[in-house]
Amino acid sequence: MSIPEIIQQPPGTISFSTPAKNTLLIELSGFWEIGGKSPSAKEVQDRIDADSTISRIIFDSGRLLSWDSTLLTFLIRIIDICSTSGISVERDGLPRGVQRLLTLACDNLDKKQVQLNVPAESFLARIGEGTLKIIISSAEMLDFIGEACSALFRLFMAKARFRGSDLALIIWECGVQALPIVSLISALVGIIVAFVGVVQLRIFGAEIYIANVVAIAMAREMGALMTAIIMMGRTGAAYAAQLGTMEVNEEIDAFKTLGISPMEFLVIPRIVALVLMMPLLCVYSDIVGILGGAVISIGMFDLPVNQYYDQTLNALSITHLSIGIIKSAVFAVLIAISGCFYGMHCGRSASAVGDAATSSVVTGIVLIVLADGIFAVITNAFRI
Amino acid sequence: MTQTDTQIMQGDPHIRVNDVTLAYGNYVVMKDISFSIRRGEIFVVMGGSGCGKSTLMKIMLGLMPPVKGDVFYNGVNFWESSQNRRNKILENVGILYQKGALWSSMTLAENVALPLEEHTNLSTAQIREIVSFKLSLVGLTGFEEFYPSELSGGMIKRAALGRAMALDPDILFFDEPSAGLDPVSARVLDDLILELRESLQTTVVVISHDLESIFAIADNSIFLDLETRTMTATGNPRALLSKSRDTNVCSFLTRGKPCS
Ligand SMILES: Nc1ncnc2c1ncn2[C@@H]1O[C@H](COP(=O)(O)OP(=O)(O)OP(=O)(O)O)[C@@H](O)[C@H]1O
Ligand SMILES: [Mg+2]
Repeated sequence: MSIPEIIQQPPGTISFSTPAKNTLLIELSGFWEIGGKSPSAKEVQDRIDADSTISRIIFDSGRLLSWDSTLLTFLIRIIDICSTSGISVERDGLPRGVQRLLTLACDNLDKKQVQLNVPAESFLARIGEGTLKIIISSAEMLDFIGEACSALFRLFMAKARFRGSDLALIIWECGVQALPIVSLISALVGIIVAFVGVVQLRIFGAEIYIANVVAIAMAREMGALMTAIIMMGRTGAAYAAQLGTMEVNEEIDAFKTLGISPMEFLVIPRIVALVLMMPLLCVYSDIVGILGGAVISIGMFDLPVNQYYDQTLNALSITHLSIGIIKSAVFAVLIAISGCFYGMHCGRSASAVGDAATSSVVTGIVLIVLADGIFAVITNAFRI
Repeated sequence: MTQTDTQIMQGDPHIRVNDVTLAYGNYVVMKDISFSIRRGEIFVVMGGSGCGKSTLMKIMLGLMPPVKGDVFYNGVNFWESSQNRRNKILENVGILYQKGALWSSMTLAENVALPLEEHTNLSTAQIREIVSFKLSLVGLTGFEEFYPSELSGGMIKRAALGRAMALDPDILFFDEPSAGLDPVSARVLDDLILELRESLQTTVVVISHDLESIFAIADNSIFLDLETRTMTATGNPRALLSKSRDTNVCSFLTRGKPCS
């Protein structure tokens, strides 16, 4: 169809007349199509309001050239308006197809109104409900943690049931497959710390101490924190999505009715896998970060290799390393719990799975940072 | 089920649902549902889409507590039993979920084998034999090592059926078994259900829309009515077709034709 033709299509119009007393005739003409111009039901409303004697509406569609849902929605609005003000609408003048679709639509609309009878809520009620929801979901989380603990206990009593092959697969996914991204981020963090640090330390002629800064920063803080954040986004979100999809597909129900606890079968292997892998990843990240720092310091700022090596070894103490490792084990639990919790409490639709993944990552990162803060306070209090 | 259990309960219906109300939060889906299912009966739950058939099944299977009412298995009140007791009862129940619900991280063989590994002491070789027998019953020989994501919808349904039958349960729940199957497979499935009842005395609860299959297999049925939100008819579907005066029941059983 060429463009001028479209422009030539006369837009949908209505005109009013009163052929008899109390009767409003609405004449429909032109093209009533999606994307075209057509009048709104407001005009009819205004006309009815202006003349209170009207008790019947009839239509004339003799000059109607074409119609689609645009006309139907317009008519449904009119029928709606008229039913509230007690005006009868006669559909005889409409094209046959329109009449049939209207009958169908109105029948179904009526049914829907019978079912959905939800009163509108006030602002305060919504706030109250929101607060309750938060409390309930915290309680659910605690419930979940309790259940996980008892399942872990059964695991230690060698009573928990899950398949070894599942655990191996999960370990592979959250350990080995995470190496590339952990390498990249850790090396970058090491490089950045070194870069920023050297520039500052140079002012005091103490560049060589950058070795201490990088070693301690990576071992105590950055190694554990960066792997935790990476793993939350990567593995925690994946847990939420996997378990959420299983919930949507009734797979979790199928476990429950078979008498298999989803907690033991699905959640425990995920917690165990992460708790085993995260400390290893953390140590790996420490090493890569320190190497990254060394490359910059030695390569760009010409620090002597021997001295750098000695300084690093001096700075790295068992205390620093073990603080990082303990932290990463704790982070692992937080990641696994928040991922699995949102997965298991997922709604029943595809979008619910997305929501579950999002919530798990947000909650997980907040928990990680909180835990890190608590660690900082504790280590400070004990001067370690 | 132990010997004594069976003896004591012989008089009771196999499953009894007493005055159950189904609801999600404040949204009442169905109310005042009561019926009994005899041992070895094929019982069909009929009703329009969204009327709460799957929800009723969830309540009967312990996945969701009823807001009101009780479910009895062999006279034992299901929802008042401990979790352990409920699991024991469910060991004798096989379930086909509406969407199949095959475990997506396992192959078909593993899916069917898991119930056997959990609840029996059979050797791996024996389990493998049973698995391939069950898969052959549903026409999926040769697909043992396929993952659910590699199958069509109808194949998933059939595999899930195989899993439901893995333990030769006393009771089978089928949520729309023939949805997504071609007419021939659907017919084969009906025959299979009848055969299970004949040979193993299995009680079968079927949720179904498929009129042909309903008339072919049902001994007894209930109809859940969307409009009144309660059950409006119970009895053999053929009898209902000739006797029921309820317009909704009639039009369901005649695919919307006005009833005589
Ligand atoms: N998780 C849920 N939360 C809230 N409402 C729900 C939920 N699941 C189902 N419903 C509602 O409960 C009603 C019954 O759903 P159900 O799945 O039991 O229907 P059904 O009879 O099995 O339908 P179909 O034949 O289409 O499978 C529906 O109206 C649905 O909107
Ligand atoms: Mg259903």
